[in-house]
Amino acid sequence: MCLAIPGQLIDAPEENPHYATVEVSGVRRKVNLGLLQEQGVKAGDWVLIHVGFAMSKISEEQAQEQLRLLAMLGEAMQARQEVEGYQFDET
Amino acid sequence: MKYVDEFRDPVLIEQTAAEIRRLAHPDRIYRIMEVCGGHTFAIYRFGLHDLLPANIELVHGPGCPVCVLPMGRIDDGMAIAEDPAVIMAAFGDMMRVPGQMGSPLERKARGMDVRMVYSPLDALKLAGENPDRQVVFFAIGFETTAPSTAFTVLRARALGVRNFTVFSNHVLVMPAIQAILDAPDMRLDGFIGPGHVSAVIGCRPYELVAQDYGKPVVVSGFEPVDLLQSIAMVLRQLNEGRAEVQNQYKRVVPWEGNPAALRALEEVFAVRPEFEWRGLGAIAQSALKLQADFAQWDAETRFAVSGLRVTDPKAAQCGDVLKGALKPRQCQVFGRECTPERPIGALMVSSEGSCAAYYEHVYLRQVAEG
Repeated sequence: MCLAIPGQLIDAPEENPHYATVEVSGVRRKVNLGLLQEQGVKAGDWVLIHVGFAMSKISEEQAQEQLRLLAMLGEAMQARQEVEGYQFDET
Repeated sequence: MKYVDEFRDPVLIEQTAAEIRRLAHPDRIYRIMEVCGGHTFAIYRFGLHDLLPANIELVHGPGCPVCVLPMGRIDDGMAIAEDPAVIMAAFGDMMRVPGQMGSPLERKARGMDVRMVYSPLDALKLAGENPDRQVVFFAIGFETTAPSTAFTVLRARALGVRNFTVFSNHVLVMPAIQAILDAPDMRLDGFIGPGHVSAVIGCRPYELVAQDYGKPVVVSGFEPVDLLQSIAMVLRQLNEGRAEVQNQYKRVVPWEGNPAALRALEEVFAVRPEFEWRGLGAIAQSALKLQADFAQWDAETRFAVSGLRVTDPKAAQCGDVLKGALKPRQCQVFGRECTPERPIGALMVSSEGSCAAYYEHVYLRQVAEG
């Protein structure tokens, strides 16, 4: 559960500053942005996701490396399942 | 080396491995603990120990939250869930951890309302959808995960959700490292610091390990190159007689950590006087409970929690493996009574537990090869 999942922010948080849509391997879900208040993320940025929260802003290159790492670890499917499992939307 | 061809930069890996071989003096043994379960998993999965000289011993630390949770806390959580008004929500890792009366998954099969969630926010959503039930989130994890729980509690307060509580089992990495350093049979030379815990707490807390205990700490990423570079950095410090905190994972870990996460932790949680760890016993100031201000979202306030202390199963020597005194395979039940399919000890439950990782990636291969 320590292996963070890389994803790209699809929309800029407008109405609700706490949430944005993220895309991970074609799956789109909401994630919480509370941990990145200071970093000022915007649409198009890449982030590491952990239990429904974007926890670090990373570069696109790092995101690709992280995806590759998850694939090598045999965890890519599980990561996708986790993101698919997020049901909270803008709770 | 089975997987070396798939690595991003096989040349760099070979160079770093060669550098490690050069740095490791043949006349001494280096014992380096990787604290984080994610690192343990990556080391076994990539077969990195095969790249290291025999006198570098990687000791697998306590950084797998499921593995260090004592059985009494599972039983306490399940006792809360016995109330038919309660929906217990837990991460998938938790579902197979054995309690005295079975794992959450087994209890679910017998009719208990236990739901698997991927985020604490999903547990909060369940509360909204089930206004006549009490949703309890069985919170586990180190500082990586605790801020998410803290934000969820803040969200529950903002939304005025009253039927949601947290059963906090969040633990802190530094007190565990200190307990290991203080153990009389401690033989460690240095540490690979956790990656994502450090993204939250930063590198500064480890200065205690370097300054007071004289042991190098290198915060590391999860890729093969990251881990090998970190090992080389520890060796270089040891050879030069230095003990410092170094950050190999700068691309994700800021030296000062994540201020928003630290503020949320500070606001929502208080440090417990002590907390029981599986295999390590009670450790002072090593875990988080909800602040008094958040009592109405605290499952331990809302429900009677007996605070069970259950002795770990005698046969399984999880504590010795956690402290690095035994290798997984030296435990008397490893691979016989205790397997990932039927775990006795928690180290066999999670894929990040050192026994499960060793079983999956070393033991089964050795068995297959005769």
